[in-house]
Amino acid sequence: MQPPAASPGPAAPAGAELLRWQWQEVQAPCLVAAWILVASLAKIVFHLSRKVTSIVPESCLLILLGLVLGGIVLAVAKKAEYQLEPNMFFLFLLPPIVLDSGYFMPSRLFFDNIGAILTYAVVGTLWNSFATGTALWGLHRAGLMDPGVEAGLMDFLLFGSLISAVDPVAVLAVFEEVHVNETLFIIVFGESLLNDAVTVVLYKVFNSFVELGPAHIHATDYVKGVASFFLVSLGGTAVGLLFAFLLALITRFTKRVRIIEPLFVFLLAYVAYLAAEMVSLSSILAVTFCGICCKKYVEANISQKSRTTVKYTMKTLASSSETIIFMFLGISAVDTSKWAWDTALVLGTLFFILLFRAVGVVLQTHVLNRFRLIPLDRIDQVVMSYGGLRGAVAFALVILLDREKVKAKDYFVATTIVVVFFTVIVQGLTIKPLVTWLKVKRSDHHKPTLNEELHEHAFDHILAAVEDIVGHHGYHYWRDKWEQFDKKYLSQLLMRKSAYRLRDEIWDVYYKLNIRDAISFADQGGHVLSAAKLALPSMPSRTSMSESSVTNLLRESGSGACLDLQVIDTVRSRRDKEDAAMHHVLRGSLYKPRRRYKASYSRHFISPDKQERQDKEIFRQNMKRRLETFKSTKHNVCSSKSKARLKEKGRKKKNISLTKETPNGKTQRNIPWQEAAPVLVMVSSEEEESDSSETEREDDEGIVFIARATDEVLQGKTTPGSLDVCPSPCIIPPSPTLAEKELPWKGDQADLAVYVSSETTKIVPVDMQKAWNQSISSLESIASPPGTESGPQHRRFVCPVLEEGRPQSASHVTPEQSSCFQFPSHISRSGRSQSDSSPDGPEQQELQPLMATEEQGRMPPTVEPRRLMFHRASHL
Amino acid sequence: MLLVVYPLRSLRKGLCRRETIWQYYISILNWWSVSHSQITRLYSRFTSLDKGENGTLSREDFQRIPELAINPLGDRIINAFFPEGEDQVNFRGFMRTLAHFRPIEDNEKSKDQNGPEPLNSRSNKLHFAFRLYDLDKDDKISRDELLQVLRMMVGVNISDEQLGSIADRTIQEADQDGDSAISFAEFVKVLEKVDVEQKMSIRFLH
Repeated sequence: MQPPAASPGPAAPAGAELLRWQWQEVQAPCLVAAWILVASLAKIVFHLSRKVTSIVPESCLLILLGLVLGGIVLAVAKKAEYQLEPNMFFLFLLPPIVLDSGYFMPSRLFFDNIGAILTYAVVGTLWNSFATGTALWGLHRAGLMDPGVEAGLMDFLLFGSLISAVDPVAVLAVFEEVHVNETLFIIVFGESLLNDAVTVVLYKVFNSFVELGPAHIHATDYVKGVASFFLVSLGGTAVGLLFAFLLALITRFTKRVRIIEPLFVFLLAYVAYLAAEMVSLSSILAVTFCGICCKKYVEANISQKSRTTVKYTMKTLASSSETIIFMFLGISAVDTSKWAWDTALVLGTLFFILLFRAVGVVLQTHVLNRFRLIPLDRIDQVVMSYGGLRGAVAFALVILLDREKVKAKDYFVATTIVVVFFTVIVQGLTIKPLVTWLKVKRSDHHKPTLNEELHEHAFDHILAAVEDIVGHHGYHYWRDKWEQFDKKYLSQLLMRKSAYRLRDEIWDVYYKLNIRDAISFADQGGHVLSAAKLALPSMPSRTSMSESSVTNLLRESGSGACLDLQVIDTVRSRRDKEDAAMHHVLRGSLYKPRRRYKASYSRHFISPDKQERQDKEIFRQNMKRRLETFKSTKHNVCSSKSKARLKEKGRKKKNISLTKETPNGKTQRNIPWQEAAPVLVMVSSEEEESDSSETEREDDEGIVFIARATDEVLQGKTTPGSLDVCPSPCIIPPSPTLAEKELPWKGDQADLAVYVSSETTKIVPVDMQKAWNQSISSLESIASPPGTESGPQHRRFVCPVLEEGRPQSASHVTPEQSSCFQFPSHISRSGRSQSDSSPDGPEQQELQPLMATEEQGRMPPTVEPRRLMFHRASHL
Repeated sequence: MLLVVYPLRSLRKGLCRRETIWQYYISILNWWSVSHSQITRLYSRFTSLDKGENGTLSREDFQRIPELAINPLGDRIINAFFPEGEDQVNFRGFMRTLAHFRPIEDNEKSKDQNGPEPLNSRSNKLHFAFRLYDLDKDDKISRDELLQVLRMMVGVNISDEQLGSIADRTIQEADQDGDSAISFAEFVKVLEKVDVEQKMSIRFLH
């Protein structure tokens, strides 16, 4: 690889130098960067063709690329360069991959199958190495090998130990693309991770035996070998656990230095790796267990942004390491100076590793199935046998051998390369068709639902209880015990208080679902909005009825000012009529200060007071829209009556929980979301405005009014006559329209308050004004440059500035979206501004708005005009 | 033969008067189709739980199990052992409830489709779980019932509002007929992708 020469000129021989050629100084990092760049570019090229990557695993392509590059280097430099150095491999390339796999290991699944994984990892690897080594030795003794292969039993056992270990990198690379069912995956993958300890121990023991020479081995050495196995594996695990503990403890106190949170994760995991390596314990085990065990606490402690950072950085590092490893494997193979070919050895090794793995798997599975709830069937066994890929670990180990002591090193190197290539390329290529052909149960990736999470939790409790009753201390018993312990001591010690208090898996799932729905809603909304600008008439056909009404409404509300221009000029369609109707409706109720934004290029120009109000208004509008559309589509529309009552109650006692406020449980059951919103409304609006009596009524009616409007729009499709009716005040109670005209921001107050959840006010008696500001500012922060942490006052202006050039219809998109997925920043910001004791407030606060969103997203597409009509009548 | 005799003898203590030993034994075997040693083992557990030594277990006997006391669903599960309106359970009832948690074996899946459904079938397992939620036995999990279970299962740190919203969302997710409650059919539907056979089985009861 030629250095990317960027220096503009040669160094002047004499006098003052203008520029100097400093290649020597940057050579090493430059080469590293260049290699990573090449590998990454290669990945892009591979993935240009979907067809190729769907058939050929990436690892194969990378090895082939490595071969080509190695050939080029060989041809250019006349000597093999840039080999896969064992040191580089073990110190830099392997840790990220292992950390990644440990950290993102599905721990429940892993521990559910720990018995099987351990058996395959320990017994299986021992069996493989001894059987392979002895068989090869037998082959050698039988005289089938070239006499140049000078090796005794110990040499072959050494070779067997390094060649028999399944490689986590290769397994991960291939199995991630195959998507077998998760049990099978976790067994194969877990085995490949945990067998490292066995491999390393065996390798070291045999290596020392070989170096000692067969004559000097005493019986005690064998005992030492066995003892060192336990020491290495358990010690490695202990180091991992220790560092996991440290890591969790440290992240507990990073509240004020969020920015370096991810660093701790990587740093401590790496230190764990190095520490284990230093005392020659199993470093892979150390990092794996560090990753598995720290995750729960670390994830709870660090901020959402840090979580994302950790995730992406880890994946990036692991992926690039993997890429480089496979590429360098290819390059290293070109170096023929290390090769010494012996057909019998190569073929024998290939045959034996395949045979013994299959035999070992079948035998172990036979035993294991007696203890497994769900036995591993034939097909699983075939895939497990066939999935035993060898990889870079074996190669690095064989390179590490001392040629002086191990005479047959060159033969072993060649054989290892062939074995690695064969398993990665041939088996990697064929495993996918095999899995398809055998109809192996694939993993069905469905999104977790709240029900599943909840009921599975219940199942766990039930099983634990039943085990208690039958007096059997089985798996569930111990898991239950562990969870008790964890909850009582560990979590309390390792999680910061706020995180610990909020820690609950069911709640987590709920939270994630909400976030996901919010994001998808924002995506959808954003998409539709942008599409609306370009192609208005095509829209309704594309979307379902309720969806179109939702988006339509959103769009309309967003673009009150420009709507005339756009809609009226375009083709007349039903959509246009709807639009026109909506326009009339909205014109009355919309507060239109947008034009002022154009003048306010400078952030600091406009008085914050007005600006704030405008932003709030946009925010409210959007929230309102969402809530309304949701309501209009929801089959059981809430009765405004109960809402009003709730509000009045809410006005009296702000900080009382919702459930207590509801006088009768029946209504609450039917209209949980809707109720929540109005109550909140009250709470916040009171804080903001002093004249709450008027507001609350308007809030209520305002919502009802719009909800109907949406409905009218839908009906308008079939009966155009209703267009006029819809905005007219004879059907609609006049107060909302009027009120909104007069005090539009007041009417919208309600909807803003939806964002400011009731939980916030109740659990954490935060200053509402503050929370208000936060929620307001959260909506601009999307539009604002990421660095702006200067405070809400400044940020508030960013949004309008950005929107300036666009058509006005877009102006509402931004707040809409941002309000949905701007939460992380919101968390951190509000968390900072609030007292330490109540950082969970804002988090809950964010959840509340999502409820409306999510409901909307999953609304059945049927609108029930009947009920709405009825509702209207009752309202009148 | 010895194997058969031993449990029979030990069973006599817990026998109801109206049934013959044989009927009793056969009925257990019918739900269970297990080895006799399994029955013996469970019977000895039964007697060790039975502090009153009257051949039946009372709620107090169950509540004496220390781990069960801290199980959030402990009381519900204990209740599941007792037939409606009774506060004693004999060995037969005990076994009948436990039979729900037996793993499904491969040969059972295929054999006799038209016969009575075994207690450890998927739907019976699910029904067992469903009954834990359904307190008022109206074959629907209402919001209140769900909230109660949620309250037991999640920590005290989750506020009532949050619980309420979780319950709402859960119901909404499962609810298909719009009655704001989860019927058994809906319950089965939402869990159709869950490996209930595995997650509601205990190997020990094989």
